[in-house]
Amino acid sequence: MSDAQFVEMSAVDIAAGVRSGAFSAVEVVTAHLKQIESYDHEVKAFVTQMSDRALEAARAVDEKRARGEELGALAGVPVALKDNMAYRGVETTCSSKILRGWIPPYTATVVERLEAAGAIAIGKTNLDEFAMGSSTENSAFFPTRNPIDLNRVPGGSSGGSAASVAARFAPIAIGSDTGGSIRQPASLCGVVGVKPTYGLVSRYGLIAFASSLDQIGPFARSVEDSSLVLDVISGHDERDSTSLSGRSYDHQASDGGIEGLRVGVITEMMDGLSDSVNKALAQAIESLRSMGALVDEVSVPAAKFGLTAYYLIAPAEASSNLARFDGVRYGLRVEGKDMNETYELTRGQGFGPEVKRRIMLGTYALSAGYYDALYGKAQKVRTLIANDFDAAYSNYDVLISATSPTVAFEFNAKSDPLSMYMSDVCTIPSNLAGHPAMSVPFAGDEDGLPIGIQVLAPSFGESVMFKVASALEAAAKYRAVPQWASTEK
Amino acid sequence: MSLEDNYLITVGLEVHTELRTKTKLFCGCANEFGAEPNTNTCPVCLGLPGSLPVVNRKAVEYAMRIGTALNCEIKHSVFHRKNYFYPDMPKDYQVTQYDEPTCINGYIELPITGKVVNIVRAHIEEDTGKSTHIGTSGRITGADYSLVDYNRSGIPLVEIVSAPDMVSGEEAREYVSELRSILVATGATDGKMEEGSLRVDANVSVRKVGTDELGTRCEIKNLNSLRSLVRAITYEARRQMEIVDGGGKVTQETRHWNEDLGRTSSLRSKEEAYDYRYFPEPDLSPLDPSVEEIEAIKANLGALPPKRRAALVELVGDSPSKSEIEQIQTVINFDLDDLIFAGIEKGVPAKLSLARCANEVAGLITGLDESYLVPSEKLLEVLVKESLGELTPTQSKAVLARVVADRAIDVAALIAELGFVASSSDEMDSLVGEIIAESPSEWERYLSGEDQLAGFFVGKAMKKSGGKANGKLVSKSLNDRRSQIQG
Repeated sequence: MSDAQFVEMSAVDIAAGVRSGAFSAVEVVTAHLKQIESYDHEVKAFVTQMSDRALEAARAVDEKRARGEELGALAGVPVALKDNMAYRGVETTCSSKILRGWIPPYTATVVERLEAAGAIAIGKTNLDEFAMGSSTENSAFFPTRNPIDLNRVPGGSSGGSAASVAARFAPIAIGSDTGGSIRQPASLCGVVGVKPTYGLVSRYGLIAFASSLDQIGPFARSVEDSSLVLDVISGHDERDSTSLSGRSYDHQASDGGIEGLRVGVITEMMDGLSDSVNKALAQAIESLRSMGALVDEVSVPAAKFGLTAYYLIAPAEASSNLARFDGVRYGLRVEGKDMNETYELTRGQGFGPEVKRRIMLGTYALSAGYYDALYGKAQKVRTLIANDFDAAYSNYDVLISATSPTVAFEFNAKSDPLSMYMSDVCTIPSNLAGHPAMSVPFAGDEDGLPIGIQVLAPSFGESVMFKVASALEAAAKYRAVPQWASTEK
Repeated sequence: MSLEDNYLITVGLEVHTELRTKTKLFCGCANEFGAEPNTNTCPVCLGLPGSLPVVNRKAVEYAMRIGTALNCEIKHSVFHRKNYFYPDMPKDYQVTQYDEPTCINGYIELPITGKVVNIVRAHIEEDTGKSTHIGTSGRITGADYSLVDYNRSGIPLVEIVSAPDMVSGEEAREYVSELRSILVATGATDGKMEEGSLRVDANVSVRKVGTDELGTRCEIKNLNSLRSLVRAITYEARRQMEIVDGGGKVTQETRHWNEDLGRTSSLRSKEEAYDYRYFPEPDLSPLDPSVEEIEAIKANLGALPPKRRAALVELVGDSPSKSEIEQIQTVINFDLDDLIFAGIEKGVPAKLSLARCANEVAGLITGLDESYLVPSEKLLEVLVKESLGELTPTQSKAVLARVVADRAIDVAALIAELGFVASSSDEMDSLVGEIIAESPSEWERYLSGEDQLAGFFVGKAMKKSGGKANGKLVSKSLNDRRSQIQG
């Protein structure tokens, strides 16, 4: 088996091969580390590489097999972790200057579950600072480039994770999605990205952006791989009070066709799409119909208020969640003449402009005299959105839309914050409702840039969501290839 | 007429009490006082990025016990975040309850004045860490540097907010004292003010006699003892009276009590007051106790101080004196009422055991370890001997002290060791016989009715026994002999 074959292999095949002894975890990891060495200087997906630890972990998996012990569902599978998940002993930055140098004394639950299943963490990936952004340009360190077209952004905020899967640095990666931060970069990089039902995956160890919206989920190059990863990471965690007891996702349940399934195309998400995206959505509808699904347009009226409600709720929670970065206990500290000046200098120098903007927005939304009109009202809109989705789901098994209104854009193309915020107009409503949604690569535009279709489902409707995503994947005639691989051809 | 005669004082109190759970409110760290700084900490109570809170069920149960004991309604409740920056608060927000607290609308009745003080609410919140400011000011402003101990961070608190129903520092003291004994009786807290497990903030305002509208209030922080509470309220009320009397206006503000200087000073004005930007804590679900849970707490609460006090008052008699009421209060605070009831069974007068328990035993066990168990059986043995006259009050007190200090001690052996055995009535009687033989003329005078000569015989007995004689028994022997002779 060649290195080139290893880096193209799915997580399912790698785990099967390692378990059967067809090849070793060390071979798999070594091939991926070489791929990173060859191309990450161009992509810049990683903030921190974990090569030595990864090889050590791979050896441990191989030794376990040699001793005849049972190997997990992700034995020997390299995984890239968004750098907002705590990993004991490894610098965790949120791509922010304020956390640079912070080494957590504990590990996120999701990472523990991945490692318990035999997965091998190979590095911490770049993100928009504190997951605030849609292009990864807001990283305080460097922007990540889209492997499909290095002149374009990978999307964000989990741009490093999406890029690492698209660049074949790892078959799977973990991201977090607060308003589309998994699905939008998945769409822009031509990979699968899943935001599970709120509460299905533990948030313990995920550095919070907006606690009531944040949810961890997988990236992969196939729907099956993403489903397998979700199976591993889902389930109740007693350390997260919002993780739902008695709920986990069963990978096996998503098999089967879509004949007779009722699919609604969300009217409110059909406006403002670029021509190529619009065309891809039309093709997706046709494909689903040809496979026997009953596809209709459906209105989710309150969804059009999603962006507005989101930009009150998410910054409000963020303003509180990010208060702790004050220079007193860890991370950056810029000494002032007294406590208040130390706070001001530390936070003034430690946070980038987008983070500051959102802290100010959120502080304002929660202020005395403004709370009811801003935060309070946004919470009501949130309830309306969930109700409107529920009404739609009484007639439809799943809903679909484009994931992103456009394909990957060029660097500095959206310097106005509002136009950047519009990138998430289709993804935000699911976070507000707490429902699952995923992006599956479906088509390419005339330049070969990937376009994803979003599949949305009601709470704990992951099985039917994966079924429809698998059908779209099977119908897709497009496969995203890194720029260097397509030019070599 | 003094200034105080022209003004009415209004006081409302916010009492913070630490719950005696084994672990903190949102993590598994130990809840203990006095550990090495920053040793009882973890990612959660240090507020490390990515950590999440999980509610301690025992803390919620204790809060519900407190609410029930304070005659409150127990409600569906929601945790909120109270946002402000301070170095001893690791997340720079405090998790507390805001507009939906666990307990609302209660009251307590004060034991001495009988006054009813309403409880507005009792809510659950986490404690902050403890700052020590190094430098001359002792406050963060002007400090050279500050040290923070996060052992206290995340310790569960219940804050009990009274209505502005009190009219003086003394009444506030009585309220806190009664509240404290109720809290201790629920088992939810140890009520130790000196260790900070009970902390009080006081809202004070004054108004002219004859007016109804309450004056502008000031909130006094940092009241760590009953003495500070009374002094601070008295000082602050006088300060406000002087302002109003001079034609000025009281500024609404938060004030700091300086125990050494005996006065309050401005901490921050209303304009500088924080906007806490409360919002529901998204990391926690609301608390929704079932009717069954609430009923179970009611059923398991046991007898509370008001009921126990009534039972003791009945023992003492119809109209107990003020000092007896205070003794009863002490006995309840120290959980010694069972000892008094056990004494009644064995013929010990209630007033005797009440006095010994309140004035001796309570003092002796103050400051002992929390796990100390009172040796009730042995204390009772001593009280029985005293009531039978086998021990003098002085001897009894000495024996009680030794028994409290050493729970394992054998009471009879201890009395022998202290030489108090000489006090048995037989020995006293033979001692009296000896003295009569030595002093025939004094004996004659005593027989002829000069009762004051009993003192002479007691003095002789003391001298002969080296101070160990029991005066009461000597008198009894003299009296018995005279009765026998005179039929």
